[in-house]
Amino acid sequence: MIWDEPIECMSLDDMKELQLKRLQEVVTTAFNKVPYYHKRYTEEEVYPEDIETLEDIEKLPFTTKTDLRASYPFGLFAVPQKEIVEIHTSSGTTGKPTVSGYTKEDLDTWSEVIARGLTMMGVGEDDIIQNTHGYGLFTGGFGVHYGGQKVGATVVPISTGQTLRQIELLKDFKTSVLIFTPSYGLHIAEELESMGIKPEDLNLNVIGFGSESWTDEMRQQIEEKFKTPAYNIYGLTEVMGPGVAMECSEQDGLHLYEDHFYPEIIDPNTMKQLPEGNEGELVLTTLTRVGMPLIRFRTRDITDIHHEKCGCGRTLIKMGKIRGRTDDMLKIKGVSVFPSQIEKALLSIKGVEPHYQIILTRPDVLDQIEVKVEASPDIFFDNVKELVGIRDKLAQAIHDEIGLRVNVTLVEPKTIDRVDSGKAVRVIDKRNE
Amino acid sequence: MYVNQLSIFLENKEGRMLNALDIIEKLNVNIRALSIADTSEFGILRLIVTDPIKVKDELEKNNFIVKITKVLAVSISDEPGGLNEVLRVLEKNNINLEYLYAFVEQKTYNAIVILKLEDMEKGLEILKEGNSNIISPEEIYSI
Repeated sequence: MIWDEPIECMSLDDMKELQLKRLQEVVTTAFNKVPYYHKRYTEEEVYPEDIETLEDIEKLPFTTKTDLRASYPFGLFAVPQKEIVEIHTSSGTTGKPTVSGYTKEDLDTWSEVIARGLTMMGVGEDDIIQNTHGYGLFTGGFGVHYGGQKVGATVVPISTGQTLRQIELLKDFKTSVLIFTPSYGLHIAEELESMGIKPEDLNLNVIGFGSESWTDEMRQQIEEKFKTPAYNIYGLTEVMGPGVAMECSEQDGLHLYEDHFYPEIIDPNTMKQLPEGNEGELVLTTLTRVGMPLIRFRTRDITDIHHEKCGCGRTLIKMGKIRGRTDDMLKIKGVSVFPSQIEKALLSIKGVEPHYQIILTRPDVLDQIEVKVEASPDIFFDNVKELVGIRDKLAQAIHDEIGLRVNVTLVEPKTIDRVDSGKAVRVIDKRNE
Repeated sequence: MYVNQLSIFLENKEGRMLNALDIIEKLNVNIRALSIADTSEFGILRLIVTDPIKVKDELEKNNFIVKITKVLAVSISDEPGGLNEVLRVLEKNNINLEYLYAFVEQKTYNAIVILKLEDMEKGLEILKEGNSNIISPEEIYSI
């Protein structure tokens, strides 16, 4: 089933026409209503009337997280505060949080895009969605909530944490859809296992997961542990929240809702647009956002986009899964390394748990990488030689993946922090201490 | 005739062994024999206890990785050369030794050696043929 067939299956020409019209409108509004854009565009001597084609978007300067912080809290709103009905913020771990304001209309758009995605996943009015995404300032909880209600499903707004309660409700409510971040999902799976509850004892039909980086191996583990397909959900607080792009039954990339969010891929070094199919940083422009238009926002997420008629019948542009973040990227001994590469290497070895931590130190002048990996019954042998062998095999797999030597340390189960809420701490960088 | 030995994964970190032993103490289970194999980062704690299943369950509940390994317990006379006799039999039959540890039994003043062999089945056969005094699990758990 397709939620909004005219849009989701629109021809490329019609889509471009719609996008251009909306882009011109949003740039005009931003220039007229938001002091930040007015000042930036005046300084750069670029004006709304310069946008005659979609390609002209390249004339406009980028907006970054730093710009959003400089306008904290309400400096990017395009409407009076009384028209803003909801505010979310990012976590603010790296500085002042960035604020995202929504009008009534924006919330409608948000519900609409998630409704499209849930429909792709096969979720409908008979479903019970247990939403473990946190409610509160984090956008995850509410986004899924609004979209879930829009498709007519029953939403259980439990948030992250209280894992035993989650399991109780999974059983008692016969939850059919479970939404989680990959690390929290695996945590639930661990608890289920330790309680002797098998996936067959539950009524799950589908899983939606997002807001954290993951590898194919991690998805496989999730699907295996819950015995149900799991679909990726992409979004970011600044642009809207979850639902910017979602995965269809093909499980081969995400459909990006390009009638609301205009995507570009740029080379983060030259800042130039890259042709379709090339990997680079995703830049998004909100085409319909009323409360807080964002133009050419640098997401920091690394991926690629391409148009193709999808096996599911949709024509919406497809985005690859996020390969890393330009600000997650670690420079180790001059080599670019993404934590996801290390995760991929670890999970390529059977029996290895996806709980790991990367610790970077600089004892003298050279960087050292330690990767702590939790041992599991599957890779524990009553034999030092075999245990050392496993450790060396892990180190070799990582070396093959990133080209650097690392020290792998096997640690006892559940000794690496896995937060009952939010995201796991994958990297500890002590090099500047 | 095999004895169930517990093998426990330990990080080489202060207090980890005590932590495991504390759990066993609370269960009121006695440890018959103990050995540890260690590297700079991790160790394998090997235990013969009076109730291996109970200890395994409880340790696992506390997030330890525990495996049950089958080993052989052989009683040898506690005098010079007592162990050599056993090892000679194994060597003659090309049976590789993975590890061993020994303790002295108080009642008879014999020594008991715990053997982990590469080929346990063949090892057991050879030792039986050589008239070694193999101790049954019941005996060892009830010492």
